[in-house]
Amino acid sequence: MNKINQFIKNFGWPRIIISIFLISLFIIGPFFGIPTDMSLNDVFVRFGMNSILVLSMVPMIQSGCGLNFGIPVGLVAGLIGAVMSLEFKLTGSAGIFTAFLIAIIIAAVFGYFYGKLLNRVKGDEMIIATYVGFSFIFFMNMMWIVLPFKNPSSVQGFKGTGLRVTISVQEYWYHVISDFLKIKITEHFIFPTGMFIFFALMSLIVWAFFRTKTGTAVTAVGSNAEYARAAGIDVDKMRIISVIFSTILAAIGIIVYQQSFGFIQTFNAPLSFVFPSVAAVLLGGASVNKASIGNVIIGTILFQGILTMTPSVINSAISIDVSEVIRIIVSNGMIVYALTRKGR
Amino acid sequence: MQIKNNSIEKFLINSAVPILFILISSIAIPLSKFSGIYLVREIVTRLTRDTFLVLSLLIPVMAGMGINFGMVLGAMAGQIGLIFVTDWGVKGVLGLVIAMIISTPISILLGYFSGAVLNRSKGREMITAMMLALFISGIYQFFLLYLCGSIIPIKNYKLLLSRGYGIRNAINLDTAGAFDRLLRIKIRGVSVSFGTILIIVAICIFTTWFRKTKLGQNMRAVGQDMVVADSAGIKVDKTRIQAIIISTVLACYGQIIYLQNIGTINTYNGADQAALFAAAALLVGGATVSRATITNAVVGTALFHLMFIVMPMAGKNLTGSAMLGEYFRMFISYGIVTIALVLHSWKRQKDREMARVQFRVNVKALK
Repeated sequence: MNKINQFIKNFGWPRIIISIFLISLFIIGPFFGIPTDMSLNDVFVRFGMNSILVLSMVPMIQSGCGLNFGIPVGLVAGLIGAVMSLEFKLTGSAGIFTAFLIAIIIAAVFGYFYGKLLNRVKGDEMIIATYVGFSFIFFMNMMWIVLPFKNPSSVQGFKGTGLRVTISVQEYWYHVISDFLKIKITEHFIFPTGMFIFFALMSLIVWAFFRTKTGTAVTAVGSNAEYARAAGIDVDKMRIISVIFSTILAAIGIIVYQQSFGFIQTFNAPLSFVFPSVAAVLLGGASVNKASIGNVIIGTILFQGILTMTPSVINSAISIDVSEVIRIIVSNGMIVYALTRKGR
Repeated sequence: MQIKNNSIEKFLINSAVPILFILISSIAIPLSKFSGIYLVREIVTRLTRDTFLVLSLLIPVMAGMGINFGMVLGAMAGQIGLIFVTDWGVKGVLGLVIAMIISTPISILLGYFSGAVLNRSKGREMITAMMLALFISGIYQFFLLYLCGSIIPIKNYKLLLSRGYGIRNAINLDTAGAFDRLLRIKIRGVSVSFGTILIIVAICIFTTWFRKTKLGQNMRAVGQDMVVADSAGIKVDKTRIQAIIISTVLACYGQIIYLQNIGTINTYNGADQAALFAAAALLVGGATVSRATITNAVVGTALFHLMFIVMPMAGKNLTGSAMLGEYFRMFISYGIVTIALVLHSWKRQKDREMARVQFRVNVKALK
């Protein structure tokens, strides 16, 4: 009994409830005519699409900067990379790697200044990050209109200036990573091997980073800034490194998302990634100041699982579409729950 | 003379943000090509419409809880009240009063919940309040989309979606303009609704009076320093909850006043932006996260909405793109909140560093 209690305590009630909910959705799904392989396919594809975005939360949480509500800064860097690669009219892997390269450089610059700002506002990072993210999106909205993009497939057709709201990457680098070594298991279930290899690679980089000297210093800053300062660690520098790292991961994450989705979504689109990404890592068991790659994997599977399963199963079961409301309640409820728990 | 110089300097520092906004507006007004009378009319309308909502933010600032982004909870309670009144077909001022009566207990309940949650997350109240607002918004949507019309009886089919249950996305209010039509007087072609203005004045008097009461003093003590307040025998958690309850209830009335002026409810997206615009308006008026006055609220509302009216048109005339001005004003709204939060937090960090240095000096002196 003690062991069970201990397990429940470690795993946390929210995760247990949501896991049970998700498993029961998978079990009852086939009875309402939803093939299990199709559901699995959706969950895996969505895992590949969103996992790196969720992973981008980890460095900042570890360094004590809190949940990265300012993820739009990284997303915008990713968008710039993607749009620039389209400007050069590069296709296939050349296109997507150019996108990555440009995005990483821009994300590093953005991340540096974003980190500088967050160093000035220790203790209030999360609310300020939220508003920095929001205002940055609207600033870039103006830029998307003003900047002289030329590629006809990215600018608005009738005017010839200003980006489209959704830009198709069909002719450029659609599914470059998704289709890499893909395995067709059943008719509806195509395992996106490339996405998982890519996620594994990114996780490996994050894992390896936290084993280096710098990585350990970042963790030390996150667990106790005073102690780290006493040990001679440059606290501000470590925080900036973690913010740059998070921003770069977010930029890469959004490009991976776009190549699978098939469209670059500009303008207000980054807004819709903020709270789901934060909620996913928390759902995986992370807290405001502690997160691991395991949290990312569990959280993304649970969160994306709920997202894919609730519309299909519940709609066919009771023909009421409550999925959107469930998504709002689960994701935001999870964040509120995490914020109210005593950290440290 | 020295002192006078100082006070001018202090005034300039305190009102740097409003002055900046006056400058931006004075460039944008000629560009927008709006006539003076039109601008005056619009600003008077918007002052009567929005000031109450902005005023609801004052008390949590006093209690040291920052901008209450959870005022959205009150706004949602107000909308629920108005929806029921519309369903029952009660018109005019009576309808609005009944809406207030219905939504008061809801907003007290929500305010209590919000206060309790915020007590568990001291030091990060603002982000928690914001997430709480989004969370409750999910429950609010669930209530209106699935429970209304199925479990909770709604007689008026005009309110319901075509599927038979769930509230429509946009609702026309029977009670539209009920407060505004009270004592409406035309002054040189500008119609001023003294009825609504009287309500706003009443709430200003209430706030001023409240600061002087025992509870108000306690809140200020808690806002200054929770530890000191606690050792002085003030129940910190209870006081903070009371501050949030008052703010939520006022926000609920504020939203009712706002909506009776607009005349339609945007059921599912209407309340979300309320906190952003109210916070931005307050901060534009020169308030900070730890200090906000009635003057800040009124001046801020006027300036913020002046910019809100003028910007899209100025942007359109300047660049030929209406969207540019639209994005610019959203950027300014979010940006102004960002800057105010950053400045406040930066100042606090500087104060802490100063205290640390002072402490070292003291320790050395002791040795």
